[in-house]
Amino acid sequence: MALTGLEIYKQLPKKNCKECGQPTCLAFAMQLAAGKASLEACPYVSDAAKEFLGAASAPPIALVKIGTGEKELSIGNETVLFRHDKRFEHPTGIAIEVYDDMSAEEIAAKVDAINKLVFDRVGQIHEVDLVAVVNRSGDAGKFVEAVKAVQGATKYPLILISSDVNAMGQALEVAAAGKPLVYAATAENYEAMTELAKKYQVPLAVKGSNLNELAELVEKVTALGWKELVIDSGAREVAQALGDLTQIRRKALKEKFRPFGYPAIAFASNPENPLQEAIDAGVYIAKYAGIVVISSADPAVVLPLITLRLNIYTDPQKPIAVEAKIYEIGNPGPDAPVFITTNFSLTYFCVAGDVEASRVPAYVIPIDTDGISVLTAWAAGKYSPEKIAEDLKNLGIKDKINHNKIIIPGHVAVLSGKLAELSGFEVIVGPRESSGIPSFLKQRWN
Amino acid sequence: MAVTILKERWTSKVAEVTIGEGPKAVKVGGDSTLPYLTFEGQVPNAPVVALEVSDVYPEDWPEILKNAWGDVLSDPVAWAKKAVEFGADAVALRLDSAHPDKGNASAEDVARTAKAVADAIDVPLIVLGCGVEEKDAEIFPTVGEVLQGKNCLIGCATQENYNSIVATALVNGHSVIASSPLDINLAKQLNILITEMNLPSDRIVIDPLIGALGYGIEYAYSIMERARLGALTGDKMLAMPIICFVGQESWKAKEAKDEGSPEGYDWGGQYTRAILWEVMTATTLLQAGGHLFLMRHPDSLKQFKDHVAAISKGAQY
Ligand code: B12
Ligand code: SF4
Repeated sequence: MALTGLEIYKQLPKKNCKECGQPTCLAFAMQLAAGKASLEACPYVSDAAKEFLGAASAPPIALVKIGTGEKELSIGNETVLFRHDKRFEHPTGIAIEVYDDMSAEEIAAKVDAINKLVFDRVGQIHEVDLVAVVNRSGDAGKFVEAVKAVQGATKYPLILISSDVNAMGQALEVAAAGKPLVYAATAENYEAMTELAKKYQVPLAVKGSNLNELAELVEKVTALGWKELVIDSGAREVAQALGDLTQIRRKALKEKFRPFGYPAIAFASNPENPLQEAIDAGVYIAKYAGIVVISSADPAVVLPLITLRLNIYTDPQKPIAVEAKIYEIGNPGPDAPVFITTNFSLTYFCVAGDVEASRVPAYVIPIDTDGISVLTAWAAGKYSPEKIAEDLKNLGIKDKINHNKIIIPGHVAVLSGKLAELSGFEVIVGPRESSGIPSFLKQRWN
Repeated sequence: MAVTILKERWTSKVAEVTIGEGPKAVKVGGDSTLPYLTFEGQVPNAPVVALEVSDVYPEDWPEILKNAWGDVLSDPVAWAKKAVEFGADAVALRLDSAHPDKGNASAEDVARTAKAVADAIDVPLIVLGCGVEEKDAEIFPTVGEVLQGKNCLIGCATQENYNSIVATALVNGHSVIASSPLDINLAKQLNILITEMNLPSDRIVIDPLIGALGYGIEYAYSIMERARLGALTGDKMLAMPIICFVGQESWKAKEAKDEGSPEGYDWGGQYTRAILWEVMTATTLLQAGGHLFLMRHPDSLKQFKDHVAAISKGAQY
């Protein structure tokens, strides 16, 4: 149960020495209670107090790491139920299943498809995070072979899925160094699975058949001394999973209910119906899953999920912006067209991408609008003719070109007269959507 | 270990709005919980899906979308009938021809079309103007009048033109879409202005102006979550059901529109990608608190309904 600031205060040294960065011990206690400070910041707490407070000062949802090196995935450590309160911290890991009863060629082909799920969005590369190897054959030997094959063919960390302790033990012998997630400890096997996780120092998923059993099992596993956990209520229908994921998050945050203080894993896999699989996975990304497992490696299924994850996990307080400067796309010369946009990264990358697709070398100039879109900025007065004219002057685009034309977004055609007057440029109104740029250039630029 | 289910005690609920008349009239809203958390409250009405129909041939629609409709796209009446055949709960008619750039049709002209469409279908009708605020203020008095008694949902009423649209709704018995750009305070303010004209709050639907997946959906998502929390905790001026222009926004995205992929990347086949772009924009906003969804592809409607059937079962505790 959560401790109040006062309960914590009683355990502190009461020196008010400020070394923790807070003005008083009481202020520090309040920060601890709110989950905004860590006990380590006070050098003077007694060991007894540490023990007493340890649990209370731990984050409400543990941070769990899967994998090693560059592709290590961190999940958990979430602090809110709604993204408008404070941003969601660690984006949902997306895992794709590979089955050990597939042929060696099928496994190779699927892993290859997974490796190729790489997308460029707002100038960043986005990919999936994990490959889940499923012991569907029930055979330990086949499982180990599949784990070896997948491990050798991908850089992503693995989830090892088997309820057979023997198969898991053998798989860990070959895969433990990559710090895979062991899935899963259940009521039947939790003692042996926990032993394995401890022995190999790897994270462990705990799977109940409902929330009650899950809580019970987590307590048993932690009592055995292993706390790097990912939890699964066992729900496989979207309605039940939504309820369970919500309960897990709520109870962890609002009641500091320890058994649910771990990131959750949800399974959307539904090979018969990839569209509904994607839709369910989308619900889990929005609603609190630390990991979502799907079966499809079709880019058309994964692209919307990766996009949704990016959207849900952006910081609602800060739009992502690009630097306002002259960008050169494809080595433009003095006769190249000049596109004027805004520095909202989504806007800039839409335009830059479509200019690139047109294969006409060009200059793209995002005006500093504090990172907001064309119409939003226009409506907010941050994309005014005055502002654009001034920025163009400061950036010195005139010195780079031998013509006198600039192209503005079709949505702000109304700006053209005033902008021409203030800047001295001939203002050409471009298409409304940047996807119209290639055909626009064909027709209007030679 | 018996885990006690953590239930919020909400003190209030979303208003319930009825659209249409007769056996196929629909109700939206009435929720007394967050979306589909039926363990602590009710979700009495399924979300309503309307397919969009325009009185102007949709030039800018991608082929994949036009092909789904065949040869009805030049005839709003045939198009609307086909929407009903496809299983739409309602038809959303856009009076695009009134737009100054698309023919600048008169109030009488568009009213005739609206009446013809309304008479041809037995599901509720949502009537949208051309989006130019002054022009919409001009056409709605006539449009509202010819649809008298049909209990349509009309809009969008904005800060600039709500007066005319609300007035015709009041006189002719329609409900109104109140549209404000992604700002909870602006939404609230407009609802106050509209209710001050004596339109009851159960005849208003909020349009928060959504963005599609990848194109600003996160802003709409959070505004809608905040509005729902407001509704559940007693803020009557945020308690109206929410409409989401999903088709309009998602079919602007190049992920939906483009047949191929950008150079160096594989986006997969257009069909799956495009349908998912539209459906996941809708299902994500369903989780944020949406009630009425305007879509364009009949297969998106089907996938959305399959999802609704699954999620409506609620968690069992
Ligand atoms: C998300 C959003 C917001 C977010 C801002 C997010 C951001 N970082 O920009 C928030 C919630 C903060 C916001 C606030 C406001 N918003 Co706002 N918002 C939107 C929304 C939903 C999407 C905008 C978006 O991200 N689009 C995606 C980007 C990529 O589009 P884009 O920048 O236009 O770029 C495209 C094209 O313009 C073109 N393009 C871009 N550059 C160039 C250059 C050239 C040369 C060419 C050819 C093409 C081109 O290519 C791009 C892709 O096609 C739109 C409505 C909508 N659904 O479109 C309203 C919208 C833009 N907002 C609007 C308004 C009025 C506002 C506010 C003033 C209202 C308020 N609440 O007070 C505030 C202002 C905020 C402020 N003071 O800073 C209005 C603008 C109305 C108008 N016609 O002027 C809109 C259109 C909604 C509406 N219909 O009323 N908004
Ligand atoms: S460092 Fe410890 S003793 Fe010093 S003020 Fe902070 S809590 Fe109190």
